[in-house]
Amino acid sequence: MKELAPVFAVVIAMAAVPLLGVSNVTLNFLVVALIAALAGQGWNVLGGYGGQYSFGHAAFFGTGAYVTAVLQVRYGVNAWIAFALGIGGGALVGAVVGGLTFRSGLRGSYFALVTLAFAEVLRISASVAPITGGGVGTLVKLDLHVVALQFQSRAVFYWMILALVAVALIVTRLIERSRFGVWLIAVRENEDAAMALGVNTTAVKLAAMVISGAITAAAGCFYVQYFLFIDSGLAYGTWISIEALLTPIIGGVGTVFGPLLGALVVRGLGEGARMVTGGEAPGLDLVVYGCVLVLIIWFAPRGLIGAFTQLRSRVMGSAGIVETSRG
Amino acid sequence: MAEPVLAIERVSRRFGGLLAVNDVSLAARDGSITALIGPNGAGKTTLFALISGFLKPNSGTIRYHGADVTNEPPHRMARYGIARTFQIAQPFAGLTVHENILVGAHLRHPARRAAIAAAEQVGHELGLGARLDRPANTLTVAERKRLELAKALATQPTLLLLDEVLAGLNPSEIRDIVPVIRALCRRGITIVMIEHVMQAVMRLAEHVFVLAEGRIIAEGSPAQIAADPGVVEAYLGRGAAEKLGGARAN
Repeated sequence: MKELAPVFAVVIAMAAVPLLGVSNVTLNFLVVALIAALAGQGWNVLGGYGGQYSFGHAAFFGTGAYVTAVLQVRYGVNAWIAFALGIGGGALVGAVVGGLTFRSGLRGSYFALVTLAFAEVLRISASVAPITGGGVGTLVKLDLHVVALQFQSRAVFYWMILALVAVALIVTRLIERSRFGVWLIAVRENEDAAMALGVNTTAVKLAAMVISGAITAAAGCFYVQYFLFIDSGLAYGTWISIEALLTPIIGGVGTVFGPLLGALVVRGLGEGARMVTGGEAPGLDLVVYGCVLVLIIWFAPRGLIGAFTQLRSRVMGSAGIVETSRG
Repeated sequence: MAEPVLAIERVSRRFGGLLAVNDVSLAARDGSITALIGPNGAGKTTLFALISGFLKPNSGTIRYHGADVTNEPPHRMARYGIARTFQIAQPFAGLTVHENILVGAHLRHPARRAAIAAAEQVGHELGLGARLDRPANTLTVAERKRLELAKALATQPTLLLLDEVLAGLNPSEIRDIVPVIRALCRRGITIVMIEHVMQAVMRLAEHVFVLAEGRIIAEGSPAQIAADPGVVEAYLGRGAAEKLGGARAN
């Protein structure tokens, strides 16, 4: 369990935040940032470790959100069960999209475009289908009880999303230290070489996509329980696809803490920009996103965590950029 | 005679109008070193890709220990015990040497600890002990070739396909690596090697197949091949053997 120590340390430190008496506004900010982090953690499993850059993780987020909402509202399913089924729905979409794309051998930008297309098809379908509420969207009834997975206190919601993030962190860390993780990274680095060494690259990518879909879907499920509303633009819109890939890229692709760090930094800067302009310049946070992305790609292509490890190894005079495999 | 480890029977592969491998049959005896030589574009690497499952033949059969493995995918070939190296070394560039070998070691060792130990041992065996923690993209050409070998070896193959592991090495580096290959053979690994460095072929190979324009034009011991006028012509052009006045090609 030694390898999970950093994860526990970070999660426990973050869990203490509501006890410091921070305002609801701050808690709300953190919850939204953690939703982005969770979506990004899903993306990071497939994109960061597996090198399969998806532009359509909204497909998973939206499916999680809609399954959670529609099952509750239309079929009277218990919120907890709906939440779990939402995660399963994301995994299923991952299996279908992955099965279709990987089996037909789509790589690189083709893969990215196909995922984008899937998300768009789902968005357009959801905007007209009666079951999703079409253009009006679906509203989950306010019912502040534990049974309905709704809480009076923001702090409880915060702990809930933090717990989800913690699970995703643990999953990521365990993947990193497993044979599956080694093979997944091998696929990212050189697919042909991986195949020659006995790696079933299609199966490895497919498994990564299922895990990735499940994690990002969990972010969507939580989104519905927190905001109690979903429509096609929120569920399957490009905003969440961008959020899911931006947070790990800025924080550090293929690192355990990359998405979490990236989400806090990006969201923090966006919020800061909004505060400075006093709401006078709507959309400025998006400009900040863009600028941060350009700067990161320019100066730290391995993200903030990558830049940090590189700096540290330069100071310590060691050549290793990648964490050594001996633990 | 015992079943050959590898038996290729009348295999052909076509790319559009080009018949890259044309009705090729060859066999590699258990525990032997077989060399595959021939001019550039003869189809040697294509033949390796067919054996290792990266390409599917249009016709013919590939047998491994007697079993038909003709249309199996590469990862399953590796599981059966067929490992290949690439002509242009294909390291996992962003990973360390140790992590590179670990990918191969995991094939037979699911547990991380065992795989790490096995990878380390293979690394030492191939003289990469001092380089284990270096990123693979900082290695010299000779070290990359060794890494290529180490990765393949970590999968514990019984048949090793070496695609020009000596190309690009200087004479002293070749002298260093030839005993390594011979030691692998002594451990019971059957080796089929594509090689242009004739001096090494002569020293290592038991049996040589010559491929030209997709077809086997000669086979035999290294000495027989060197004396074959057909082989000389394949390399130097029609009539070359005659013009050389029977001089030995070496």
